[in-house]
Amino acid sequence: MSRPRLIKESSAPLPLDRELLVRIHDLMVKTRTLEERLIQMYKQGHGYFWIGGPGEEAFNVPLGLLMKKGQGPEYDYLHAHYRQSGTLLALGEEPIGALRQMKNTATDPYSGGRNFAGHFSLRKYNVAPVSSPIEVQYAIAPGTAMVQKRLGGDGITIVTGGDAGTAEGDFASCLVWSSRPVNPLPILIIVTNNKWGISTSGDGQHGETRVSDRGKAFNIQSKTINGNDPVEAYLELKAAMEYVRKERKPFLLEAMVSRLYGHSSASGANYVADEVDCLKSFEARLEQEGVLTRQQMDDLRNRYTEEMAAAARTARDEPLPAPESIWKHIFAEDK
Amino acid sequence: MANMAQAIRMALHYAEEKLGVTDIFGEDVGAPLGGVFTCTQGLKTTWNSPLDERGIIGAAMGIAMGGGRPVAEIQFCDYVYNTIDLLKLAGNTCWSSNGDWNLPMVVRTPVGSGIRGSIYHSHSFDATMTHIPGWKVVMPSTPLDAYGLLISACKDQNPVMFLEPKALLRVKGEERIPGEPDDDRALSKLIDAPLGDRSQWVPQWPQLEEYSVPIGKGKLVREGTQVTVVSYGRTLPLCARAAATLADEGISVEVIDLRSLWPYDWEMIKSSVQKTGRVLFVNEDTEVTNFGEHLMRRTVEELFYSLLAAPRLVAGKFVPGIGLADTLEMASVPQQNDITTALRTLANEQP
Repeated sequence: MSRPRLIKESSAPLPLDRELLVRIHDLMVKTRTLEERLIQMYKQGHGYFWIGGPGEEAFNVPLGLLMKKGQGPEYDYLHAHYRQSGTLLALGEEPIGALRQMKNTATDPYSGGRNFAGHFSLRKYNVAPVSSPIEVQYAIAPGTAMVQKRLGGDGITIVTGGDAGTAEGDFASCLVWSSRPVNPLPILIIVTNNKWGISTSGDGQHGETRVSDRGKAFNIQSKTINGNDPVEAYLELKAAMEYVRKERKPFLLEAMVSRLYGHSSASGANYVADEVDCLKSFEARLEQEGVLTRQQMDDLRNRYTEEMAAAARTARDEPLPAPESIWKHIFAEDK
Repeated sequence: MANMAQAIRMALHYAEEKLGVTDIFGEDVGAPLGGVFTCTQGLKTTWNSPLDERGIIGAAMGIAMGGGRPVAEIQFCDYVYNTIDLLKLAGNTCWSSNGDWNLPMVVRTPVGSGIRGSIYHSHSFDATMTHIPGWKVVMPSTPLDAYGLLISACKDQNPVMFLEPKALLRVKGEERIPGEPDDDRALSKLIDAPLGDRSQWVPQWPQLEEYSVPIGKGKLVREGTQVTVVSYGRTLPLCARAAATLADEGISVEVIDLRSLWPYDWEMIKSSVQKTGRVLFVNEDTEVTNFGEHLMRRTVEELFYSLLAAPRLVAGKFVPGIGLADTLEMASVPQQNDITTALRTLANEQP
């Protein structure tokens, strides 16, 4: 009889190094304070629309920490969706970039004031441009994975999206193209399941028991994990990524997460008290295990809150893109 | 001389040997079929994709992001419509990311009528495609231009849509592709897959040479002084024939093959219309919000005082499909007589 995994028992000792736990916590707090600042900017009229990932930090931060970071097919590609500031910060991005995108300034490093908050693009780390249409990234991701498969090496492709979007055909395309017997692909297919599609509950869509069950029909290794636990997320992501890196085959990982401020500013962007807050529960464990004190964690949060406020003030005063810049970058020759 | 399908095949061979093309793929593109129009027979980087157009366009975008150079095929443009938002995304990736990413990718797809293809093998795609910014769009009417435009497309840093007029794929050219043998039968023996078992067949490629037609440059097919006709694809040879017929009647028609729809050669149109004062635009896509309407609008706005008659458009009827029966297809898209008559009327029109 198999024993349940110890990491799922909140009373068990934390199976990661203290240094790593502190780093994950630091990035989770940084991400949360960034998202809170983005929401505040929206509410104060310093941006037209907010969408982001508060509630997904416990999953997104480990994902960024575990990526093989660099440019080109030797490194990991990330075809992300719009709730992944935690992954970007874990890759080393400065939060002011996201704030600039919120304010749609000319200095916005991801789109030059052209796109919504959370729509990152970072070619230097193989982060494909995030776009608003749901799930298109699942149709595109097999392409980078094909190049990586042919190249050899251990670079993999990671694609993420939400559970509601798995209704789109592109998710099925991803399963089909990743698992063809003539050419299985080194791709980690991730679904963060927050149990909602804007206002439609999971019951309104999902006949499958688990989204990860859909991998079984394609002989894709699949698993559902608790994405609200950063320790479990870290270990499961590590295991899945190692499998994909080594076996050069697909893996479907479904992570159960929370949606702490609703879908976007379109649904108010107010804190949802009845969802699990991954940061609160992680902090309770860190305190209980003696990794960090309440005081240390409060100080950290205050420091980041102040830093984000200062960075937002900087972004607010920066100029918008020049009107004539609409003609730039239609084609690559304009670079 | 090679036909257009052979010219496309030779350009792709040149591109995978010399221009770094890594993946030529789509439904039935690889062995043994080599494409339903034989355009991809015998090539070394071809493979068969799942029957999934969105997957094909998505994979091309991903391959381009990963540093590959894909040439994807949609078997008939009639089946490209469920990929429209991916085409839009490919077209806006460079712009949306403020120049961070670009997608060097080519999509080929056969378009138009002429094979009695009924409702779903006869569509045109130029009107829809020219509504999607961020793409270059080309459409040859001769094998040599197909060769040269495809080579340019495979060198481009941006998405290029290569529209293949399916009625012309089997038409032999009048100009020699640099490197092709003089004898058609010799060429066919070298590069056409045999019927039946092809498992042991290997093509013998001629020593092809680089020849590119710059994207954005039209071709003056015939000089004339009284009327200009601007067309591309299947209807271009019809326009050239109309010009020859009308020459016998004493009407001098200048024929422009646009070749590139975006960007397009406005300078060529402009200087011709300034000379003739009369212009007819011809294509076979449906006539409402047709690309020719854009050209007419620009002609009216910029060349109004050079005009001796109202610009005209001959295009496909705005009906939901092209019916199978000969009579239905002929009534739905421009035929020889429609074009000749329109040109004659325009040449004789007096204010």
